[in-house]
Amino acid sequence: MSLYYLQKFMYELNRDESMQSTFRKNPTDVLDAYNLSTEERGAVEDGDIGLLYVLGVNGQILMHYAAFLGIDWFDYLDRMRSGVEKYGPVRAGIYAMTGGGESFAPEATSDKKVDNQ
Amino acid sequence: MSLVYAGVLSHAPGITGRAHLVENVAKRDEFYAALDRQRQEIEESGAEALMVIGAEHFANFFMNNMPAYCIGIGETYSGPVEDPDWLNIDRTNVPGAPDLSQRLARSIIQTIDIAYAEEWRFDHGIMVPLNFLTPKFDLPVIPVNINCQGPPLTPLHRAWAFGEAVRHAVDSVREKIAVIGTGGISHWPATPDSGKINETWDREFLDRLSRFDKSALLSYTDEETYRDGGQGGFEIRTYIAAAAAAGGPCEVQFFTAELPIFAVSCTVGRFSLSAPD
Repeated sequence: MSLYYLQKFMYELNRDESMQSTFRKNPTDVLDAYNLSTEERGAVEDGDIGLLYVLGVNGQILMHYAAFLGIDWFDYLDRMRSGVEKYGPVRAGIYAMTGGGESFAPEATSDKKVDNQ
Repeated sequence: MSLVYAGVLSHAPGITGRAHLVENVAKRDEFYAALDRQRQEIEESGAEALMVIGAEHFANFFMNNMPAYCIGIGETYSGPVEDPDWLNIDRTNVPGAPDLSQRLARSIIQTIDIAYAEEWRFDHGIMVPLNFLTPKFDLPVIPVNINCQGPPLTPLHRAWAFGEAVRHAVDSVREKIAVIGTGGISHWPATPDSGKINETWDREFLDRLSRFDKSALLSYTDEETYRDGGQGGFEIRTYIAAAAAAGGPCEVQFFTAELPIFAVSCTVGRFSLSAPD
């Protein structure tokens, strides 16, 4: 189990635009620096948010990785639900799904930029 | 008396980043108005620096070297560390207060084993509050972090002791300082349950905060908090520290589950300040 290094990879990627650029061009070299299991590495290479969630990646790290992959908010939530359905309950960490996968934040129809100041 | 204001507020990234997805626009704007009143109160207090007691989310601290408490002593900070478009807050620099922060840290460390940092990249946990409270990002900021993400977490009684140490330190300097605690109460952020809250648990916690009931505030176990308030509930440590710093009851506004896209029960509160020692 190398969840620590899986999360460390995402933690470092999330805060380093240079690393993001390198990872987009050559993910293999970047991932080789982390001690990941075959399952973890495959989940990263496939962009499998559902499996990464089930493996126990902290949501505060995973949501930024999803955004980095261009996955919007509601799709991110759906992919985690699908991951639990496909792979079973979250295996580690403190970000487990507590219910049956219902949505608590219905998708609104508005998509207008808001001045929040 | 150099503590001139103490309060609490929410910081969830959806408050700015998903503002355009809110269905109950009137409730959202009511919440924004409450935040703006807090901004006015801080300005009217004459605060020369703002201490933000936050709970960051793996922007600077990771499980390779996780401090229970850390205080920023840098000259400047930057943020947001996240994608500015995702948070809907432009990347900017924020002034620090290095000399003042050093003096505060030297006082706090007499009783609490804090870490310190001269570099700090603010995530939404600090940038969302600053976006509303210092929208020009021109008030010197003293960032403080309490680890609420990577267990083992500091016990609640230590968060209280930390808040008391903050108060003692703040009252020992000549500058006027505002202190805010920023965190969630119950929420399950960044999970499929995002948007879920436990209003009963939230109201009970806020009732304890409003009564300045120390023993009740410190009675939660982490197991109870995780069960009833989610992993986001661990951030009550920031509210508890702010309460201890203030030394008095809190007048709280609570915006319930009517803003689920913000993924937290949005709150804004102002403490009554006890007399300095």
